[in-house]
Amino acid sequence: MTGALTSFLEASVRTATPLALAALGELLVERAGVINIGLEGIVLGGAFGALLGAGTNHLLLGFLAGCAAGIAVAALFGVFAVSMRADQIITGTAINLLVLGLTGALYRGLYGATGAALSIPTTGSFAVPVLSRIPVLGPTFFDQPPPTYLVYVVAPLFWWWLYRTHAGLAIRAIGERLEAVRVAGVDAHRWRWITLLVGGALGGVAGATLVLSQSGTFAEGMSAGRGFIAIAIVVLGRWRPMGVLIASLLFGAASALQYLFQAMGWSVPYQLFLAVPYVLTLLALAGFAGRRIESPAALGRAG
Amino acid sequence: MRPATPAPGASAVSTWRHRAATSLGGAAIVVMVAVLSLALLWVALRLAGFDATLALGALWRGSFGTWYALTSSTLVRATPLVLTGLAVAIAFRAGVWNIGADGQLLVGAAVATAVGLAWGAQLGWLSIPLALAAGAIGGALWAGVAAVLRTKFGVLEVISTIMLNFVALDLVGYLVRGPLQEPSHAYPQSDQIPATMHLPILIPGTRLHAGFALAVAASLVLWWAMRSTAAGFRVRAIGANPDAARVAGRVDVARTTTNVLLLSGALAGLAGAIEVSGVTFALYENISPGYGYTAIAVALLAGLDPLGVLGTGILFGSLEAGALSMQREASVPSVVVTAVEAALVLLLLAISRRGSAASIIARFAGARSPTPDDAP
Repeated sequence: MTGALTSFLEASVRTATPLALAALGELLVERAGVINIGLEGIVLGGAFGALLGAGTNHLLLGFLAGCAAGIAVAALFGVFAVSMRADQIITGTAINLLVLGLTGALYRGLYGATGAALSIPTTGSFAVPVLSRIPVLGPTFFDQPPPTYLVYVVAPLFWWWLYRTHAGLAIRAIGERLEAVRVAGVDAHRWRWITLLVGGALGGVAGATLVLSQSGTFAEGMSAGRGFIAIAIVVLGRWRPMGVLIASLLFGAASALQYLFQAMGWSVPYQLFLAVPYVLTLLALAGFAGRRIESPAALGRAG
Repeated sequence: MRPATPAPGASAVSTWRHRAATSLGGAAIVVMVAVLSLALLWVALRLAGFDATLALGALWRGSFGTWYALTSSTLVRATPLVLTGLAVAIAFRAGVWNIGADGQLLVGAAVATAVGLAWGAQLGWLSIPLALAAGAIGGALWAGVAAVLRTKFGVLEVISTIMLNFVALDLVGYLVRGPLQEPSHAYPQSDQIPATMHLPILIPGTRLHAGFALAVAASLVLWWAMRSTAAGFRVRAIGANPDAARVAGRVDVARTTTNVLLLSGALAGLAGAIEVSGVTFALYENISPGYGYTAIAVALLAGLDPLGVLGTGILFGSLEAGALSMQREASVPSVVVTAVEAALVLLLLAISRRGSAASIIARFAGARSPTPDDAP
């Protein structure tokens, strides 16, 4: 029983890792008033970049390439949605379709219809000395692939950046009162670009994590909605780094339930549990009604 | 204190559309888009080192080249694209961001399947209109959730409809492994619907089913309604400027928004019911290869005009049908057309950038509290 519970919690954190990475990036982007639906394409681009970069035995190169691919996709979004001030939703939707088509075509072109590319190296998990020996919580949080530890670093860093620095104040102000910020002489475009590229980098690493720490292979459309889930996580986490972490864990746990059920030999249709976090997100959003403190007021507005 | 909030989708393309429509006419837009997509595809193929001439030939043969390809591939594939394209166009016209056509289609397909399996055998041909109506109602109710969330709770429909897409996907995943699973319980799919519920074939010897006729009819009716009825005017009015519509036109914005979302969901749900009763004859998890997302491109490139949607829907149907034969004959991955569709939308954004700049201002701030009682 404890074994099943531990492996369920461990799987929850593992599944939550790419979601948390992508969501932390989107959090930053949305605090600057941009909603990047193209995150789905960023994650997928990152996964494909990781495949190309990793080759047969270059893990670090794989992560770097995934990161770079994420930045590239985010930059394309930025050219339209920030620089040209085109509609963010339409741009994001188009970016998603573009990356889906391009990665699919390139993958088939490079590896043939059958796929292959099963020889990608994977990171495996990395036990933190001492901490990983804590019963249950140790293996859950401190015996994970490296990207999980990146989450532990990035979340507090973003909290500090957003709430304790002038830059963070500027970013939050852009997301709330665009005109006021502009009058005060802050370059909204510049900060939107910066947050977008940082978000792209994290989204790209999230995609690389799928390939290099989880599946060990690439499949067409393998982001499978994780970018959209990350957007939900930002909402459920109320646009705050800690909230995003907790919401990621919730989504991770919902997906990991299937492993728990398999381990326990229960034949419960886990699809219903998969839907729970989405329903929770909707309920949480509805609960915000009347208290318009939560979502950045200028979200979705051209700068 | 909120600034005026023009329609997002509508205005994003209005300048381009206005220019194009006034000077060339609706059909010409489609031709232009077609030529552009072929040019883009040709460039992409050349860059990737494929035999572009062979590939485009295959694309032609698989889409319009033969009578069978046109009727059994292109128009069959176009049917859900036209219907979901209409769903998106009508919503965007009203300034309502329905990104959830895919989920609404799935729910429509699930409801139609359930109705068909439960009563199809007893009802005979009557089960066809019943299943289609049930699918439309299912899709409308699914969109209705987003409508309630927006009008009563101020939840952005962009986010809620995306969430609902995933809930619908999980719901169908559950249904085909649970209550609706085929009797042997081996595959994640439903039992076959009774033959009496199969849509009639329009042209003997082809796979073209009556759903296509419904899609054409829906385009015509919506085109007429948007131009010539009071309801159509209200939709365009709240899309152009909800504050002006409320103050000067005495339009109930919340109610019109709700009605638009219900209609939008009904169209997408109908598309799902038609897929089940005209093409797949059973419910599958992957019954939609993202029709609801492609629909956004279909609607935008048509300038959100219902008749235009019929044109771009058929065009995209032909692209996707032709892509399959391109993959067969020239080994060009068929997903490349998805990239072409996306590139077309980006191109449109680049062309219409001046028109769109002012249009997005405060859309979301405005969407948060769209009830009439907060009028200035």
